[in-house]
Amino acid sequence: MNVKLVFSQFLIACVAIFASAQAWAVLHLEVTGGIDSGILIAVPEFSAENTVSQKLSDVINSDLIRSGSFSPMSKDKMPVSQVSGTDVNIQDWQGNDLQNLVSGSIAKDGSNYVISFNLYDVPSGSVILSKKAKVSASNLRKYAHMISNMIYEKIVGLKGAFLTKIAYVSVDYKDAYPFRLVIADYDGYNEHIILRSKEPVMSPTWSPDGSSVAYVSFEKRKPGIWIQNIQGKTRQLITSFPGINGSPKWSPKGDRLALVFSKDGNPEIYTIGLGSKSMTRLTNNRAIDTEPSWAPDGSIYYNSDRGGKPQIYRMAGGDAQRVTWEGDANMNPCVSPDGKYIALITQSNGSYRVARLDLDTKNLMVLSNSQFDESPSIAPNGSMIIYSTIIRGRKGLALVSADGRFHANLPSVSGEVRAPAWSPFLN
Amino acid sequence: MEKRLAGIAAVIFASFMIASCSSTNDNGSIDPDISDVSGSEGADVTVGDYGDNYKLSPEERAKLEALKRNNTIYFAYDKDVVAPEYANILQNHARFLIAHPEVNVIVQGHTDERGTPEYNIALGERRAKSVALYLQNLGVNVRQLSIVSYGEEKPAVLGTSAEAFAKNRRAVLVY
Repeated sequence: MNVKLVFSQFLIACVAIFASAQAWAVLHLEVTGGIDSGILIAVPEFSAENTVSQKLSDVINSDLIRSGSFSPMSKDKMPVSQVSGTDVNIQDWQGNDLQNLVSGSIAKDGSNYVISFNLYDVPSGSVILSKKAKVSASNLRKYAHMISNMIYEKIVGLKGAFLTKIAYVSVDYKDAYPFRLVIADYDGYNEHIILRSKEPVMSPTWSPDGSSVAYVSFEKRKPGIWIQNIQGKTRQLITSFPGINGSPKWSPKGDRLALVFSKDGNPEIYTIGLGSKSMTRLTNNRAIDTEPSWAPDGSIYYNSDRGGKPQIYRMAGGDAQRVTWEGDANMNPCVSPDGKYIALITQSNGSYRVARLDLDTKNLMVLSNSQFDESPSIAPNGSMIIYSTIIRGRKGLALVSADGRFHANLPSVSGEVRAPAWSPFLN
Repeated sequence: MEKRLAGIAAVIFASFMIASCSSTNDNGSIDPDISDVSGSEGADVTVGDYGDNYKLSPEERAKLEALKRNNTIYFAYDKDVVAPEYANILQNHARFLIAHPEVNVIVQGHTDERGTPEYNIALGERRAKSVALYLQNLGVNVRQLSIVSYGEEKPAVLGTSAEAFAKNRRAVLVY
């Protein structure tokens, strides 16, 4: 029997790679808490918005809600529904608690559009930001996200994450290829399936330059680590040792992957140089060591059950330091991009919840009020955490702000959605 | 006692896995072109379909098909110990495997949905190893055994009830 031939045919039958822009499940946002505690802002319709393909004000409102920092005024409560251009009669908007107003206009210019907006500080009546840009028709949604970034940066003082993406795994058991790896805008739009498989796909992780994802695939009926360029359709098998090949995490400099292998007897953490292919072993004990996450200083936080139950440890140099002491168990650490806190899953009384560990105070705060949380991933500006949880009996995604005030669900339309990974800044 | 068995298991499996791994050179680097180890040694049956190619007499074939229908070991929450009620099933599998050294079996390990995906991969591997070690202790040759853990990724039953969880904490023997 020609094993190689059988194998390659099997591989082709098992996995289909393509970047298809299918308009299927958009992740609809269901706010479940905290919307009232944000900054009060109004973004009425831009003038001539009805004549273009994207309702810019809707995109901006949606971004500002999803940031967790704003309470956008609903359109039916606005004193004026559509302002005529960027200039407004600011007195119409004063006298209540409204903090900010965005007014905008759209003008056609050949095959492009000129988009102008003003950001007002409502109590003082002054314009605090004013911008004008020429935008092609195909870039309207992208430019709306850019406006959201500008508003967010001006008011909140952090870099906005509205042009980022998420990778996640979608499972539909009715499909011939039930397991798919999906890349979408952070708000669920523009979904692209980049991999379809008959066997599970897990644990996507982004390269710091946003060009590639690494992930675990069981397409050979056992796990391997793959790297796939999300623009082209090229992919490469990186490791396929006997036993576990899991938990890939790209280093902040982009030159290494942290990984878990059990080839030396039980799950241990290793790093591989992507250029040099050199492998370094980081843990060596009888316990399970898994779920590595890089801190910006190059240290690695991970989950080890060497103490009996899973807890989070930090490894720097050769030393391992335990960092979680509350709850029954703590697992799945994700270090914030600025290194100031870790999102993790804490287990107590049978519930598994997203929590935040502040690395300076060592304070652990439970952030979610659901029960079976997994896979937290932090936005590149550190403000929001996306994770996977059970919503009405089915696995979907959820958002919580880093301070725990804002909560929203992103339920799957059909099948299950899990393993979210927030991209780095892409702009 | 279990800890010591786990230790012994670790040594046995380490040597088993190293024996069938041909992908690294001496200083431990990885060459992607040859890191795919499936299809090596003849002991690996993960390539190809689950339908097998074994040439068996009708009587023995019937035995194997019966074993395929009775191939799941369930576990208590957070445990990887093989409960006594499964001794019979595993003895039947062991008997067949000893009588047919050309037959290989994959032991799959699974967990319920609670906890986190990658930690559950590790727990699933503990369960698969536990069953494989049990079969070895009954006399099955280690070369006939391979393991794979799916963690929580391939549940047998969807849902979050205690019953669904119980049905997902399992090891499955696949021929």
